Amino acid sequence: MLRRKFVQVGPPLVAVLLLLIVWQVTVSVFDIEKWMLPSPYDIVQEAKASWKTLLGHTWATLKLTLVGFGIGSAVGLLVAMVLHPVPIVRRAVYPLIIISQNVPTIALLPLLMIWFGFGLLPKIIVIALVCFFPITIATMDGLSRTDRMMVDYMRMAGASRMQLFWKLELPHALPSMFSGLKIAAAYSVMSALVAEWIGTDKGIGHYMLLQQAAYRTDRMFVAIVIVVLLGVMLFQVIQFIERRLIHWHGQRSTDEE
Amino acid sequence: MQHVENAKFKQDNQQDVKLQQHVQQRDADVDSPLALHIDMVDMSFKGTKGRVQVLDGISLSVRKGEFVSLLGPSGSGKSTLFHLIGGLLKPEAGDIAIHGKSVVGETGHVSYMPQQAALFPWRTIEDNVILGQEIAGRGKRELRAEAREWLRNVGLEGYERAYPHMLSGGMQQRAAFLRALLSPHELMLLDEPFSALDALTRSDMQRWLVELWERHRRSVLFITHSIEEALLLSDAIYVLSARPASVLQRIDVPFERPRREELQNDPKFLRMKQDIQALLR
Repeated sequence: MLRRKFVQVGPPLVAVLLLLIVWQVTVSVFDIEKWMLPSPYDIVQEAKASWKTLLGHTWATLKLTLVGFGIGSAVGLLVAMVLHPVPIVRRAVYPLIIISQNVPTIALLPLLMIWFGFGLLPKIIVIALVCFFPITIATMDGLSRTDRMMVDYMRMAGASRMQLFWKLELPHALPSMFSGLKIAAAYSVMSALVAEWIGTDKGIGHYMLLQQAAYRTDRMFVAIVIVVLLGVMLFQVIQFIERRLIHWHGQRSTDEE
Repeated sequence: MQHVENAKFKQDNQQDVKLQQHVQQRDADVDSPLALHIDMVDMSFKGTKGRVQVLDGISLSVRKGEFVSLLGPSGSGKSTLFHLIGGLLKPEAGDIAIHGKSVVGETGHVSYMPQQAALFPWRTIEDNVILGQEIAGRGKRELRAEAREWLRNVGLEGYERAYPHMLSGGMQQRAAFLRALLSPHELMLLDEPFSALDALTRSDMQRWLVELWERHRRSVLFITHSIEEALLLSDAIYVLSARPASVLQRIDVPFERPRREELQNDPKFLRMKQDIQALLR
């Protein structure tokens, strides 16, 4: 089992290590200025030096991400569940949802700030809007792709609309729903970052902006690492819940072991 | 393995009678001698070139406790007929009555077993098996206890808490059949339940079904492509024509019960098989 684990984790780990070594060597051999490209070592040093200030910013970003993601997911799931049983409304709203997704976050933010001020509200709205789309679409797709034979079985047995939904359609849609949630999680961290570029005095996004003005490239790299870690963490949490909930996937559980 | 199970059947007979009484109690309100009566049903669908007639004046009936097969070429609208009986579709003309009551366009009067097992992958076998009764509003806990006894009875002992993907195709079909058998509706519709199985498993399953059915005698309407299967299992066979389907003939199957596989070598069996083949040609 340990060996299989290594086969899984080993190759990407080696690749990352190699990349870091090449990076480190390149920076020192070509004597690249620190403000152009800091070496991995410099970045680690900087992270050690300023972790206290970073902690506050990270916490702010994490909070913003989680609140936005939470609200966006809740609304997304709700919309999918409400729209699913009414095909006419679903067909009417579907293109609107797709169009709404093509409005860039950065374009929307200033507008939202005019309407809702400089507080957290416009930022949360942006993140929620970004999350909402993949979750709604994935959940609706999952719900509509329910196995015909199972639906026939349920209906012939006299299942009500509610029974059909809770006993068949919803569990059937869970895997798609989680795909949507995972995509949304990645989006939500990015959107939180962008949202913090405007009108705030804390958060990793704000921190990056400050460091950019000061040409502190090393600090910007630290910020990037933090953002990546946040994204991975959120993804892992969702995947953990998914595996807990969707325990019936035969193949998946065998390659986990 | 089959022999072991057969021995088990006898052993569990006592308990079985108890369970059977339970099923009969549930169906106590059923008085009509006909479990199913279909009267001159027409059905057509909108196709690319106008309407396509699928069913043309189908009439048939299943007496209470009778095993009736529908035999016909593929695409002859047998599954459509099931959807009509199950209330998923409404016929354009004609009447469908279950236990003497017209049920046109009404769901919730039959227990249905689809072509593939269609077990819910997120439910354990015991939870799958109780689904029909659960929909009818009974509590999960008491149903589970009952389901466990039944599973033991049909050779699925030890798989109560397993998930469907852990079972072989034949075992999944057993569970799907049990799900239909345990559902509170007396009339069972079985839609080619063994068509996806390999030949060996299929004959295993036929033997299993004959045995189980002979002990419980539910009213069954069974779709199949296989003449042997129909002859082996049924009390009567309706032979359907190609699309638009109409009833070519009702054939009563005279063989005594309990039936065994050796029946297939009986000259009378072979003659009937040839007759039906000629009819279908």
